[in-house]
Amino acid sequence: MNKTAQIIQKKKKTILENWMSNQLSDQALRDDLISNEDLHKQSEELLNGLARAMATGNVDNIYAAEYEPVTEIISDISVTRARQGFSPRETGLYVLSLKQAIADTLEQELAGQHEQLYKEVTLVSRLLDSLSVITFETFIKGREEVILRQSDEISEISTPVIKVWDGILALPIIGTLDSARTQVVMENLLQEIVNTGSNIAILDISGVPAVDSLVAQHLMKTVSATRLMGAECIISGIRAEIAQTIVHLGIDLSNIKTKASLASALQLAFSMNKIEVKSNARNANFGLRR
Amino acid sequence: MQIVREQDVVLFRNRVREYSTKIGMNLVNQTKLITAASELVRNMLKYADGGQVIIEIISNNARNGVKLTFIDQGPGIADVPQAMQDGFSTGKSLGLGLPGAKRLVNEFEIQSKPGEGTRVSVTHWKHGR
Repeated sequence: MNKTAQIIQKKKKTILENWMSNQLSDQALRDDLISNEDLHKQSEELLNGLARAMATGNVDNIYAAEYEPVTEIISDISVTRARQGFSPRETGLYVLSLKQAIADTLEQELAGQHEQLYKEVTLVSRLLDSLSVITFETFIKGREEVILRQSDEISEISTPVIKVWDGILALPIIGTLDSARTQVVMENLLQEIVNTGSNIAILDISGVPAVDSLVAQHLMKTVSATRLMGAECIISGIRAEIAQTIVHLGIDLSNIKTKASLASALQLAFSMNKIEVKSNARNANFGLRR
Repeated sequence: MQIVREQDVVLFRNRVREYSTKIGMNLVNQTKLITAASELVRNMLKYADGGQVIIEIISNNARNGVKLTFIDQGPGIADVPQAMQDGFSTGKSLGLGLPGAKRLVNEFEIQSKPGEGTRVSVTHWKHGR
């Protein structure tokens, strides 16, 4: 066991006190987010783990098995802190402030032995630096999980099926169509066809930025599923540049009814359902006069 | 740029859009390039579990273009001419990815050996020719 490990083991209490007072005197202490007792418990746990790990003699490789409990505690701390609303800076400083506490104790213990002191301090510093990197890694991982969950939620809510007329449904698709999203779109659409007894569905792809063969394939699957339910599908919102791209790609959409705009798709749907829309000029004039 | 997940496809497409806007490519050519890029990057994810893409702006005799190079360490393509045919697919897709991408861009180059991965590079000029 090297000197630092011995000192940390022996002076654990002093170090913890130092560390706590460092943290408590810090301007950035978020006592609104975490109580002093919790902070004390958290810190003690971490210091204990660190002392145990250092006692094994390994003081530089934090990816070794001895350090697993320590990295686990740290990951745990940063994940909970990320949820509580701490900034990554605050979590990083939390681990780094331990360095100061240990260095102070080492200075007292090794007073006069400059060479040894220097060696031990750099060692501790390197070790704690790599530990603080872990806090950032887990912090970011935690955030990424939140982002993934949100993108799932977005794909859930961004596929509304609108009933535009008796027997006519419209489904504006915004964003990229991937397999998971197509599944949601298809389920919503088919369910709504059953619920409303509609016979025409308009898929509007004005909001789809790029139509490649995968997206086209997904669209065709949705159309054939709708047909199996006895409803007809019209795809609208095909922009000029997308039309050119589809032709170059060699995708055959000729057996699907397509229109450039939602308005013309609606017109087609009306004529398919034998509905006529008339403008009532006399009433409009009357309205203006009033 | 590294491609590892399906979400990277959207990110990558936006990056290609940025580059092609920078050299003043018009919307039709932009869409062609982006669609081709999207096909190739999806292939890379599906068959090789991801890979790497290099985006470059190149110029040749006062014309500018965007060059994309897709490199993966996947299983490779056994028969390249067959893979370039419309409607051929070893997965359950339309089989239009590679031949379609070739029709969408100005220059297309593919090198692949079974077991050694695939390297595809495409170039699209600003005015589409």
